[in-house]
Amino acid sequence: MKLHQYLLDAAQRWPSKVAIQELDGSSITYEDLDAQSSRLRDRLASIGVQPGDRVGFWLHKSADAVVTLFAILKAGAAYVPIDPTGPAARNNYILADCRVAAIVIEERFKPMLEVHGDEGWHPAILDIDEAGGRKWVGDALTHNVGAGTSLTVSPVGAHDLAFILYTSGSTGKPKGVQLTHENASSFIEWCARTFSLTSSDRFSSHAPFHFDLSVFDIFGSVKHGGTLLIISEEVGKQPYELAQLIADHRITVWYSAPSILSLMAQFGYLDTRDYSALRLVLFAGEVFPINHLKLLTTYWPHPQYFNLYGPTETNVCTYYQVPTPIPADQMEPVPIGRVCSHLEGILVQADGTEMSEATEGELCIHGPAVTRGYWNLPEQSQRCFVEVNGRRYYRTGDIVREEGDGNLVYLGRKDRMIKKRGFRVELGEIEVCLYRHPDIREAAVVALADDSVGMRVHAHIVSKQGKPLSLIDMKTFCSEHIPIYMIPDRFSFHSSLPKTSTDKIDYQTLKSWSRS
Amino acid sequence: MTDQSATMSILKDYILVEFLPGEDPGHLTPSTPLVSTGILDSLAMLKLVAFIEREFDIPVNAHEVDEEHLNTLQSICALVASKRSLVR
Repeated sequence: MKLHQYLLDAAQRWPSKVAIQELDGSSITYEDLDAQSSRLRDRLASIGVQPGDRVGFWLHKSADAVVTLFAILKAGAAYVPIDPTGPAARNNYILADCRVAAIVIEERFKPMLEVHGDEGWHPAILDIDEAGGRKWVGDALTHNVGAGTSLTVSPVGAHDLAFILYTSGSTGKPKGVQLTHENASSFIEWCARTFSLTSSDRFSSHAPFHFDLSVFDIFGSVKHGGTLLIISEEVGKQPYELAQLIADHRITVWYSAPSILSLMAQFGYLDTRDYSALRLVLFAGEVFPINHLKLLTTYWPHPQYFNLYGPTETNVCTYYQVPTPIPADQMEPVPIGRVCSHLEGILVQADGTEMSEATEGELCIHGPAVTRGYWNLPEQSQRCFVEVNGRRYYRTGDIVREEGDGNLVYLGRKDRMIKKRGFRVELGEIEVCLYRHPDIREAAVVALADDSVGMRVHAHIVSKQGKPLSLIDMKTFCSEHIPIYMIPDRFSFHSSLPKTSTDKIDYQTLKSWSRS
Repeated sequence: MTDQSATMSILKDYILVEFLPGEDPGHLTPSTPLVSTGILDSLAMLKLVAFIEREFDIPVNAHEVDEEHLNTLQSICALVASKRSLVR
């Protein structure tokens, strides 16, 4: 199944239904979404985009960004979404790393774009005035391509690449997870069966498009002829505004990381509005602090709640329906549940062999939703898979325990990756960033669970002058190199960092320092 | 001290104590970015707004709890000033 087939089918079945809506009231029907994306596909083909290419888009979240990603898929290429709020250096690295054939970019982001054209890489640039409000797509296309022009595009197979999502990399550089049409569509088909989605559903689009939660939002909605409400990056952080729009827009399916749901439960005044339309609340990406989940289910007792778990490499691979009401004496976070029916899961030991009796180990996943690996990182890709009984399993790096009832419980990581606001954060990438600072001699970063926001990142620093550095300078420096969710929440300055007997950073001691 | 410089001073003291402990006050200028650098995250913005409402006895609308209104001491002062002119 090709992902853009969902749009072709929806445009046939529900041509005049609103496909995408923005908060300012502008919207686009399925017929127009199909037509606009076909025209943009023709434009991309005319500037040289070919099947198998990668195409980046550096646009703020908007209906036009959805038009663009469908156009890229229709051209037989893979889309590479760029974080419009991310640091320019990181975004430019991503575009160069996967050698995009073209970049669709908003005028306002163009000053940040740097294309060096080295090693014969000369991407075509398609710049547009402003995304959103349907201002640019029509204009850009009218003077770029004649009406009715339709260029021939080679067919795409389900095993072809559909998109690349870049996540935090422990080496200090983000790594691109390659996902095919089949990877994503097998997940969407599972969602359709599990959540009984329909054309009357109104889906939230809270996650940014470079985050894997957006795959459900966009393709889950389009497959079913639902309406997708685009929530901008700025509004997405405001609990009160979000709570208001869920009620006002009669959202039926909400999907986000737990952190914003926690904030909504605490600061959204959820008892002041009518949420009767909301039937499904899905959350993923990190542990939901149980007290905040209890509070949320008190305000919203009627929807079904699902805890979805899975790394970008598999999309959602386990799920758990939270029974409500949650007992007042429950203090443990909810389980991550059972492996989804389109996948298979096993637990392995540290050496990669399958566990026969024990019920605790690293969760490994096999099936059609599993990535083929990382872009241009064959060795790292190889290390992430283990072959058991002739089958290739993706090693999630997450240690889980199987309970007597068959549900899996998340215990922790085997490495130094954490989830913050649903995003993957390699603590090593933050350290690499800190070491770039001219006044830092040593840096080590630890993360601790925090009841109010999920995870707090604490940087321990030794400065070259032996004195504390300016927090403002630290935060400003970080904001120029890493995304905002990766910037440490706390900085502490020391004369030296604790070391183990083998002279490595003693992270356990640092954690105890952070707790005190 | 004018109204505006008094407001600036109160806000600066609060931000230094709550969100920048140990920082040299001289480094926090009226134009230092606060939201785009992660000095104020979502929770910190909510705390700051609760402080502003309490300290200056003015209401702040939910849609004003964002980077546009809270990114610098300057913009926060402008927000407070605009609210005060409505109250008076």
